[in-house]
Amino acid sequence: MTLALAAKEVAAKLETKFPGSIAESNNNDIVVKSQSLFGLASFLKTAPGLEFNYLAAITAVDYYNYFELVYQLTSLKHNHSLVLKTRCYDRENAVVPSLVKLWRGADYQEREIYDLLGISFTGHPNLKRIFLWSGFEGHPLRKDYL
Amino acid sequence: MALKTEPFVLNIGPVHPSTHGVFRMRATLDGEVIVDLEPVFGYLHRGIEKLAEERTYTGVIPLTDRLDYLASMSNNLAYVLTVEKLAGIAVPERAQYLRVIIAELQRIAGHLIAVGAFLNDCGAFFTPFLYMFREREKIVDLFEMVSGQRLLYNYMRIGGLSQDIPEEFLPALDKFVQQMPGFIDEYDRFFAQNEILLARAKGVGILPQEMAINISASGPVLRASGVNWDIRKADPYSLYDRFDFDIPTGTASDCYDRYRVRIAEMRQSLRIIRQAMEQLPSGPVKSDVPRLLRPQVGEAYAHIEAPKGDLGFYLVSDNSIAPYRCHVRAPSLINLTALREMIIGWKIQDAIIIFGSIDITMGEVDR
Amino acid sequence: MTMTNLDLNNLGNLQKGLPPDWPGGFWWHLLVFTIIIIAFVMIMVLSFVWIERRGMARLQLRLGPNRTGPFGLLQPVADAVKVLLKEDIVPAEGDKIVHWLAPVVAFAPVLLIFAVVPFQNGGLLADLNVGVLYVVAISSISTLGIFMAGWGSSNKYSLLAAMRVIAAVVSYEIPVVLAVAGVVLIAGSLSLNDIVIAQNIPFILLQPLGFLLLFIGGCAEINRSPFDLMEADSELVAGFHTEYSGMKFALFYLTEYAEAVAMSAIIATLFLGGWKGPLLPPWLWLLIKIVAVFLTMVWTRTTLPRVRIDQLMALAWKFLLPLALINLLITAIQVLAWPDALPAVIIVVNFTIMAVLVLLWSRFSKLGWGRITAE
Repeated sequence: MTLALAAKEVAAKLETKFPGSIAESNNNDIVVKSQSLFGLASFLKTAPGLEFNYLAAITAVDYYNYFELVYQLTSLKHNHSLVLKTRCYDRENAVVPSLVKLWRGADYQEREIYDLLGISFTGHPNLKRIFLWSGFEGHPLRKDYL
Repeated sequence: MALKTEPFVLNIGPVHPSTHGVFRMRATLDGEVIVDLEPVFGYLHRGIEKLAEERTYTGVIPLTDRLDYLASMSNNLAYVLTVEKLAGIAVPERAQYLRVIIAELQRIAGHLIAVGAFLNDCGAFFTPFLYMFREREKIVDLFEMVSGQRLLYNYMRIGGLSQDIPEEFLPALDKFVQQMPGFIDEYDRFFAQNEILLARAKGVGILPQEMAINISASGPVLRASGVNWDIRKADPYSLYDRFDFDIPTGTASDCYDRYRVRIAEMRQSLRIIRQAMEQLPSGPVKSDVPRLLRPQVGEAYAHIEAPKGDLGFYLVSDNSIAPYRCHVRAPSLINLTALREMIIGWKIQDAIIIFGSIDITMGEVDR
Repeated sequence: MTMTNLDLNNLGNLQKGLPPDWPGGFWWHLLVFTIIIIAFVMIMVLSFVWIERRGMARLQLRLGPNRTGPFGLLQPVADAVKVLLKEDIVPAEGDKIVHWLAPVVAFAPVLLIFAVVPFQNGGLLADLNVGVLYVVAISSISTLGIFMAGWGSSNKYSLLAAMRVIAAVVSYEIPVVLAVAGVVLIAGSLSLNDIVIAQNIPFILLQPLGFLLLFIGGCAEINRSPFDLMEADSELVAGFHTEYSGMKFALFYLTEYAEAVAMSAIIATLFLGGWKGPLLPPWLWLLIKIVAVFLTMVWTRTTLPRVRIDQLMALAWKFLLPLALINLLITAIQVLAWPDALPAVIIVVNFTIMAVLVLLWSRFSKLGWGRITAE
């Protein structure tokens, strides 16, 4: 059974290594600040005992005040999982670091989030619209579209 | 004196007798060899995730049918599992066993199409495709018995199934389970050692294990690359931990191994169905769930092993009758991440085969 | 010695194939046989279309056409009528003359092949004493038509397919010619009629390897599966005839089946004994043999997947060509050293040699590169 790691403990461990990067944590997920996302994620990928080498899914949700990105991480070796979140408070210019260099599986998913929600990812090699054509105006999945 | 050549760009698709759905690949060719490839998606984008925010939780179930329209039952199952996790609903045992039987039947049907279409791309001119459709017809007949539909079933409900199985289902299923191993042997006899198929598919389109994990591949693509990861064993849902089955893996990570993994998975599915039929209890098939379900505020992510791979749903609820956000983790889209690496260096004919061996459905890729 | 048997001063030879009281002379002979050949080819092509569709369908567990006429016999007629009524679309940017001429150049030579196929003893349009050479030469002209089609449609797909065709046909000419040369050595003559007369035992028994080579090479030459990547409809839409519609497309379709008829006729004449056989009239025997060869072609088409272009070339140059050379060598040795050997002995020897060669060679040169196993 894939063990969903107690996020509070992982958060405590991360806080010691990267002080000031955790925004909040509860038993289900860890919310990190978007500037330190990449550093934290690469630590989670390579740290012994954690070794999250499989990025199962990236989702983005539009809560009217902020965008929230949810990363479902899994470790194939230890068979445990973790939910990592980050928030982005700027609606006009939503920017989040891209995790493509760590997990290439993020490639198309981040393009989809850019296409449908308008969140840009810095460091993405090919950030273009993926489902809609390049001249499309607006980002359909946002709550204020239609 | 070297011959002056110049690469030219060829558009494979979107309307093409071979690509499985509307999918376009912009290939740059140098003679016959592909030197660059850019996949273009979006021809079947219908905005299912946005539509889901306007419908009740039960009303999203027919939308999920249309994701991977060749394996609708699995899509339904993934979605209702997520809603049940979100709202904390328990499912009666009979419903869970029936869900397992139906999901495994769907897996066999999905793999039959995948293998048939793959062999069709190899050029065997529909003969294996039609042979496999003969078996798929039997499965579709079984599904018609339970749900009244042949393609988009809309059968699962939050808290169980929409209706119980009719009387003639179990005898027909028994007959199918007894005949099917013979047919799978027949396919092995025809195609597994075919010289031309071996020459076309062995060593072609290799996806190394490290890359497969890095691109979050799942399903037969991941297992053919040698990774022993199956959600049914790693993170069991719906009573899969009560059944005894193996996970076939491949060693060479090429198209041939993906084909072999799918054939072997069909045999394992039959094993699971036999065990589930023996253990099937009686009882209700749906727990009592209000018509307009209003889950608590929160979120949930649940995933299953669909025929194409790891299909997951992420639902956010704000205590209203419609989901606040419904996101689909589409295995077909993510499996395509390495398409460029797998195809570069091969010829157009190989590109078609490699693409066919990944086994995607555009409904799921584009949503 | 005259170059052909066409000695205008002595037309007695030519009238061998006609009924004894035929009123006309040479020109009537020509006219009658031309009409017979055209009618024969047309009817055979229509029948082959029907045989292929029903045969393939039965092998694929389905019925095939069964609505148009009894047993779907009028299906080819329906196809022809449909195709005739379609609009003729010409690509705006292609070379128009080349595009227009291509179907003609592809189809006409196929009709010419039948001039030397004997329907009974002496029953052929022109008993050329270089019949085999004529057949090989004429059948290559069709390829030119196919390339013109690929070039004249301004379409990258068609061009690619046309180039593949050229590569394949040129590669497979050599094993085909060498296989036929083996037959010629045994029969002692290039004239098709004499070859049939010399077959007291069908040459398929005396030259099994030659038959195999001609069958495989022949399938490749006429772009049939498993070598049909020229019109691989799951890969390049329709290959060189993507941009054709209407009557021109019909001509390409006809060409494909007419080539199949021609190749079956050649194989039947050279290896199966042509018009020889007891009881039934000779032309009926030829028909039966042609249909039998074609049914085998339909069978291989339905069963086998398609090879890739480089595997196709590898098969021709690394597998068929050495075997063809060895076959020719052994045949020559047999003809020279043991001209009076018992046929039974030769048959056994040849079959053994074929089995040994094919098995040995297939261990050393696979379709792809190196040895492939499916463990």
